[in-house]
Amino acid sequence: MKILTANRLTDGIAVWYADGGWAETVGQADLAHDKAAEDRLEAIGAKAYADNEVVDVNLIDAEVVDGVVEPVRLREKIRAAGPTIRGDLGKQAERAA
Amino acid sequence: MYRYDEFDHDFVQARVAEFSDQVQRRLSGEISEDQFRPLRLMNGVYLQLHAYMLRIAVPYGTLNGRQLRMLGHIARKYDKGYGHFTTRQNIQFNWPALSDIPAILADLASVEMHAIQTSGNCIRNVTADHFAGAAADEVADPRPYAEILRQWSSVHPEFSFLPRKFKIAVTGAERDRAAIQTHDIGLHLKKNAAGELGFAVYVGGGQGRTPMVARKIRDFLPEADLLSYCTAILRVYNLYGRRDNKYKARIKILVHETGVEEITRQVEAEWQELKDAELKLPEADIRAIEAYFAPPTLADRPEGDQAVKLARLDSKGFSEWLDQNVVTHRHPDYAAVTISLKGIGEVPGDASDSQMEAVADIAEKYAFDELRVSHEQNLILPHVARADLKAVYDALVDIGLATANSNLISDIISCPGLDYCALATARSIPIAQEISQRFASLERQREIGELKLKISGCINACGHHHVGHIGILGVEKKGSELYQVTLGGSADENTSVGEIIGRGFSSEEITDAIEQIVETYLGLRLNPQEKFIDAYRRVGPAPFKEALYAGETKAA
Repeated sequence: MKILTANRLTDGIAVWYADGGWAETVGQADLAHDKAAEDRLEAIGAKAYADNEVVDVNLIDAEVVDGVVEPVRLREKIRAAGPTIRGDLGKQAERAA
Repeated sequence: MYRYDEFDHDFVQARVAEFSDQVQRRLSGEISEDQFRPLRLMNGVYLQLHAYMLRIAVPYGTLNGRQLRMLGHIARKYDKGYGHFTTRQNIQFNWPALSDIPAILADLASVEMHAIQTSGNCIRNVTADHFAGAAADEVADPRPYAEILRQWSSVHPEFSFLPRKFKIAVTGAERDRAAIQTHDIGLHLKKNAAGELGFAVYVGGGQGRTPMVARKIRDFLPEADLLSYCTAILRVYNLYGRRDNKYKARIKILVHETGVEEITRQVEAEWQELKDAELKLPEADIRAIEAYFAPPTLADRPEGDQAVKLARLDSKGFSEWLDQNVVTHRHPDYAAVTISLKGIGEVPGDASDSQMEAVADIAEKYAFDELRVSHEQNLILPHVARADLKAVYDALVDIGLATANSNLISDIISCPGLDYCALATARSIPIAQEISQRFASLERQREIGELKLKISGCINACGHHHVGHIGILGVEKKGSELYQVTLGGSADENTSVGEIIGRGFSSEEITDAIEQIVETYLGLRLNPQEKFIDAYRRVGPAPFKEALYAGETKAA
C-alpha cells in the first residue's frame, strides 16, 4: 500500500494527502491499494507541486495498524512523529497536547 | 574581532533584499521549486524531514555576545527554542518557516551575520583553530587569513559553480585543532627560518564516501601569495575536477587520480601566471585585517593563581572542570575555556535559547566579549582571567553547561542523523546519548583518557566518523539501522582514516561493542599515559577484533 506525502511550501511541515486535502498527520492518509490508485495519487502530487502548494512529493509504503495508517520505513515513521530524541517536538508533541 | 566595513554591510543587506524578493516570488508561485532550489541553497536554506533548515555562517567560528544573543532570539522567535552547532563551526535551526526566513536574515544582518555560501558548490565558511588568538602554541592568529579568504571567496564569480563544494581550514599552531588535513585546502600558518609568516599548503583532504588525507603540495607559501596560490588551486580544480559524477567531484578525487606530483606541477604552473599580478596581498592590507583581530588588552591578573588554588580546595566539580575544560593561554594569568555542549545524555551541539543568552552574558562579563564555536561542537571562551574562572564555572553550572568532559569519550561529535536529516540512513543522536550515559561517570571517563568518538548517520560523514579514534557510521540494512565501527582515525597533525573493524552492530548492540573496545584498550595499554589512539597504532586492530568477534568465529 502506498500513501502520498510532501512538505508544505510555506513552512516546510510534513504533510500527507487525505480526504481531498493535505493533512498534518499521517493517520487518515488516502491509501492506494493498486497501481491505478497510485497513479491517481501521483497525479494529485504532481499537480500540487505544480500549483506551489507542496515540495518534495513522494509516494511511500504504508500499512494500517489498529485502523490507523502508518508509514513502513523508519525514515518516514520519524517524519510522521518528529525527532525520536525530542518527544516535545513535531507531530508527536501536537498529538500529546 | 572583524567588523563589517561599508562594503560588507551593503553586500549583506543587498543579499537579504535579493533573497527576500526570491522568497516572496516563490511563495506567490511566480517561480517554481526547480528555479528556487539553487537560490535557497545559496542562502543556507535546506529542506529536511520535518521542515526547512537554515544554516547560518559563523566565519572561522568567531562570535561576540551580541551575535550569540541574536541566535538565541532567533531560536525563540522563529524556531523551537534551540539551535545546533555544527562541525563546520556554523549553527543550524531545524524548524524555520520559509515565510519567516527573510525576517531571520534581516535580524542576522543587524549583527553582521548571514547564511551566504553555507551550501552550494562554492567555497564554504572558512574554519579555523577555535583557540586562535589565545593558544600558547601558535605562531600567529590564523583568522586574519581566514577573513581575507572569506572576502575573496564571497560570491567569487569564477568559483561560485565549482564541480562540488569546497572547504578551507586554517591553523596557526603545530598542534592542529582545525583538522586541516581533512579539508579541500588546509593551511598551516608558520614561520620560516627568516621569521617570515607563510603557509604549508595541503590539498585534497576530505571525508564522505571516499575519505582521503590531504597531501602537502608546498612547504612554505609566503603570506602575500595566499590568494594567488589558492586561486591557482581552485583554477586547476575548476578546470579538471569531474562534473560527470557527484561522488567523484571533490578535489580529493582529482588529487588522487592525477597524482600529487602532477597536481603540484599544475598548480605551480598556474601560479606562475598569477603570483605577481593583482592577487598579491599588499603588506598594509594584511596588517589592516590583522588589526581587526588584535587581542583584547589583557591586564596582568596575578591573583588568579591563588584564587584558582583556593577554589579547587573548595569545589571538586570546579577542580575537575579546570583539569578537563580549561587550557593554557599565551598570557599566564589567563586561560581558554571549553563550554561543553555535550552534557551527559544531551544532544551533542545543541544549545537552548536561554543558554545562548546566558553564555553571551558570561562572554561579555568575563571574556572580553569573545566566543568561538569549535568544530567539535562546543563553545569556547578564548580569554578568561584565571582569577575569574570560578565565577565563569558557577555561571555555567547554573545553566547546565559545566560538564567537565572536553576530549573525553562523552565529548562526542554527532551529526543530526535520521532524526532530522533527509540524507541520513540511520540515527546518530540516540547512539551518542546512550554511549554518553553508559560512560556517565566522570571518574571512569578520566581513567580512559583522551578518546575522540565521532558518529555519522550516513556515508557523507558530517559526524567525522572516519577520523574518530572510534568512529561509528550508521547505515540502513534490510530496513534496520546498522552501525559500523572504525578504529584508529584521527584529525590532528597526524591525521589518519580509521579502519573498519568488522561486521556492524544493531542499535541495541552498539553501546556494548563500544564498551568492549574501551575495555580492551584499558587492558592492553602500556600505562595510563598511553592514549587510545597511540595504543591502537601500536597494536593494530587484532586485539579489538578478537574482543568483538572471537566468540562468533568459535561458535561458527
